[in-house]
Amino acid sequence: MIIYGVALLAFCFLVGKILGSLLGLAIGVNGDVGGVGFAMILLMVINLYLKKKGWLKTETTKGILFWSSMYLPIIVAMASTQNVKAAISSGPVALVVGAVVTITAFFLVPLIAKIGRKEQNA
Amino acid sequence: MMEVIEKVLTKNGLLFAFLFVGFIMLISYWLSKKLTRNKIPGVAIAILIGLALALLGDKKGIADIPLFAGMALLGGSMFRDFSVVATAMGADLEKIKHAGLAGVIALLVGVFFSFFLGVAIAYAMGYSDSVSLATIGAGACTYIVGPVTGGALGASSEVMAISIAAGVVKTIVATIGTPLVAKAISLDNPHSAVVFGGLIGTTSGVAAGLAATDPKLVPYGALTATFYTGLGCLLCPSVFYFILKMLVG
Repeated sequence: MIIYGVALLAFCFLVGKILGSLLGLAIGVNGDVGGVGFAMILLMVINLYLKKKGWLKTETTKGILFWSSMYLPIIVAMASTQNVKAAISSGPVALVVGAVVTITAFFLVPLIAKIGRKEQNA
Repeated sequence: MMEVIEKVLTKNGLLFAFLFVGFIMLISYWLSKKLTRNKIPGVAIAILIGLALALLGDKKGIADIPLFAGMALLGGSMFRDFSVVATAMGADLEKIKHAGLAGVIALLVGVFFSFFLGVAIAYAMGYSDSVSLATIGAGACTYIVGPVTGGALGASSEVMAISIAAGVVKTIVATIGTPLVAKAISLDNPHSAVVFGGLIGTTSGVAAGLAATDPKLVPYGALTATFYTGLGCLLCPSVFYFILKMLVG
């Protein structure tokens, strides 16, 4: 049943968020640290396990794949609810800091990706 | 009659948001095909239309207009994170294991680098007290790290606004810029996407930027980006602030 997939996804999501909030509490940050990451890893592990056991039905997967394909429209909705006006109107400091930091960070990607790769080949 | 229609649409805000976003997607993919012969992905156009629509409102973008309030629910963190987690179904655990170390390094470098580059720029533009500098530097991490740091250090509301705005600018630049630079920085594989998520860190910017570049990369970038804001909230008002204080006094 499709709801089994949705329920499994919700289970992973909630457990991840709880773990993330506990981690946040433990290190003194009021909020969720890595909750989405924990949830994703949990979903991948459970998915792998269920597949191995042959317990994962196509219908169940459909419940998860639906939400995964809703991802793009949700991002569009998110973009339309950002405080774009404030970003543009708050003066040059915010614009310069935001833009320069992001663009420079883009170009660090190949450098750090390289470090990781070397380790991987070694 | 108009009143009745408006009432129904407002009352069923989330469903109207489904319809409205569906309509944006339809137009975007059509524009992508007809005007750019698929050179600019439909998703990228849709996100740009979204950002432009946000100008119609203030703090919550288009959701400030009651008719479109449902957009805040659909585009809010609950649905966003739920669907991001769902993308993990298409991710390869082995590839993530391989990129794990690079991802952790990227996270640390990303937060450190964003904070201190932000501080340096703010300093060059006339700020000199350590609290304002730290708050703006933290805003260069994400728009959540900024106000959290500013709140902890007792920054002025003007500086807080700048730091939030810097974070929002980062999200927008990541959204628009990622597909443009993807080739130049060889962002075309899961390994690079994990590093990218750790370096840029703003979950919404990483997610939207990767979606516009190649949706297959989204889960890898999102996985590291999700740790970034927490790490920033941890390091900026503490360790980084003390380092900064030693530097500027």
